[in-house]
Amino acid sequence: MSILVNKDSRVVVQGFTGKEGTFHSEQCLEYGTNIVGGVTPGKGGQTHLGKPVFNTVQDAVEAVNANTSIIFVPPAFSADAVMEAAEAGIKVIVCITEGIPAADMMIAKKFVQKQGATLIGPNCPGIISAGETKIGIMPGVVFKKGNVGVISKSGTLTYEAANQVVEAGLGITTAIGIGGDPIIGTTYIDLLKHFENDPETEAVVMIGEIGGDLEIQAAKYIKESFSKPVVAFIAGQTAPKGKRMGHAGAIIAGSKGTAKEKMDALSAVGVHVCDSPADIGKKVKEVLSK
Amino acid sequence: MNIHEYQAKQVFARYGVPIPKGKMIEKAEDARAAAQEIGGNIWVVKAQIHAGGRGKGGGVKLAKNLDEVEKYASEILGMTLVTHQTGPAGKLVKKVYIEAGVDIQKELYLGMVLDRTSEMPVMMASTEGGMEIEKVAAESPEKIIKVGIDPLIGFQPFHARKLAFGLKLSKEQIKHFGKFCKALYEVYSNNDASLIEINPLVLKGDDTFIALDAKMGFDDNAMYRHPEIQEMRNLDEEEPTELEAGKYGLNYIKLEGNVGCMVNGAGLAMSTMDIIKLSGGEPANFLDVGGAASAETVAKGFEIILRDPNVKAIFVNIFGGIVRCDRIANGILEATEKIKVKVPLVVRLNGTNSAEAAEILKTAKIENIITATDLADGAAKAVNAARGV
Repeated sequence: MSILVNKDSRVVVQGFTGKEGTFHSEQCLEYGTNIVGGVTPGKGGQTHLGKPVFNTVQDAVEAVNANTSIIFVPPAFSADAVMEAAEAGIKVIVCITEGIPAADMMIAKKFVQKQGATLIGPNCPGIISAGETKIGIMPGVVFKKGNVGVISKSGTLTYEAANQVVEAGLGITTAIGIGGDPIIGTTYIDLLKHFENDPETEAVVMIGEIGGDLEIQAAKYIKESFSKPVVAFIAGQTAPKGKRMGHAGAIIAGSKGTAKEKMDALSAVGVHVCDSPADIGKKVKEVLSK
Repeated sequence: MNIHEYQAKQVFARYGVPIPKGKMIEKAEDARAAAQEIGGNIWVVKAQIHAGGRGKGGGVKLAKNLDEVEKYASEILGMTLVTHQTGPAGKLVKKVYIEAGVDIQKELYLGMVLDRTSEMPVMMASTEGGMEIEKVAAESPEKIIKVGIDPLIGFQPFHARKLAFGLKLSKEQIKHFGKFCKALYEVYSNNDASLIEINPLVLKGDDTFIALDAKMGFDDNAMYRHPEIQEMRNLDEEEPTELEAGKYGLNYIKLEGNVGCMVNGAGLAMSTMDIIKLSGGEPANFLDVGGAASAETVAKGFEIILRDPNVKAIFVNIFGGIVRCDRIANGILEATEKIKVKVPLVVRLNGTNSAEAAEILKTAKIENIITATDLADGAAKAVNAARGV
């Protein structure tokens, strides 16, 4: 089992024929992702990587029953692409693009919610259900199948964590990079709800970072409604205040959003918080062998 | 991106947010003429730097005649201003703003910021004008009135009424306040601002409002559609090495320690700093070489890290995903030939093709390269190497 996406997900790639779209579509196809077509306005009717190209997402939904999309379009056009997918009835929209204005995302997110769709990202590595489908840019080989769910704000740190889990002799159900922007489509809580209902997921790894309060909201939710063990790591214990650490959302504003504040909130509700990013795999193993 | 007070006020003026008359000068000899042009018989001379707390640091002076205007301008221009926001090194003042004095009935606070929890901009007002708003928020949060503004409806009169009644304004004052807030919302939303602070907002003797101070920050991701705001960017206010790194697609932030870090990905880069600290060392920097690290970016990264004389060792921590580790290993070899890295280089490459990468580094037999097997091993070796162990 997996959450949100699986081998039956019918994926349309928005920005299909561009450099990034082409490269990562090839990688996804190699992993076994069921890409049913792509969208590049003005190139409808062509074939790319052996798949049909459409002018609009609506065309892809009607012609090949696409229900999931992945977006590789430049930041100035990404919010539009997200809303186009939601309007066409796509259920899971994965936006990889980094650098989208926050004001655009505010509007796009509200529209996605109104349409009843799920938006993952932006500024994220995507989602992978191990052994089934990869809708993202992560290295597929790292994610061996198993019983641990992963939710993370970071890209390479997600690969690091998944690799540690696999080296500890375990594996992954679904791993989701939720993105490091101030406004993101899907938060920890949304995904914890899915993992709670997934019988195969036995534990969840939660990777956070400085900035905002999503980890603290998640702590409240875990206390009230999450029954499975959670192992967490928060990046940025040594980050200086007021400096943006790579991700648009990774900034300690005043004294708010520090790693310590988040680690304390998670520890207080029984989450197994790792001080060191090298201990994530070990900790999951330890928690699951109890 | 941030701009100076005088620039924020230029933006305010375009949208009809009332500001006092003022003029920015860079030479003290222009002060007298500027004050005469502004008119009146009382002026304020203000240092223009990107940091708050200027008044306490001696960067804001009230001048009661033209001689004083000139005297204060010459004192402030060229001074190194230290405030609670500049850090101990302070900031060199190269510009001052001369402004007409204002008839003050009361000092208030008005600000706008993107609230990440509600995912919409919030406007905040307080009767505690002139105070540090962070302090007010911590000590008496009830004195800050907030309204969230859903971007789908924009700023409505009820938003203004909520704030105005919270501030206990009179009927006449509410009328002017509503107009002021509406104009401020336009400034925020039309320019992709991420922050506006007016502290203090002055209630004048005639019950109208005026922005005595102005601070503005912007969403960097949206600056491509605001060339006129981008022109206001003052590179003097930014860290030169960070700027240069940015040109090469590197994200670099200097810190105080002696273990340099080169990492792919922001989250892993922060974690690498954390594990260095946990291993008993201090990170010298944050450096994200991005998802597509090449020989060229790696070389530039080494060069930038090594400009910091504190750096005694470098920890290269790469989790190869789509970027294969063998390519990065070759990149490191090319870079070390070009850059002559003399400090110990602890290299940990994991992920796609890491075995081939280890072989490449081994075969090259470069004396100062120390290979590490995982994150913990790499951090421990880098910290020891920096200590000379």
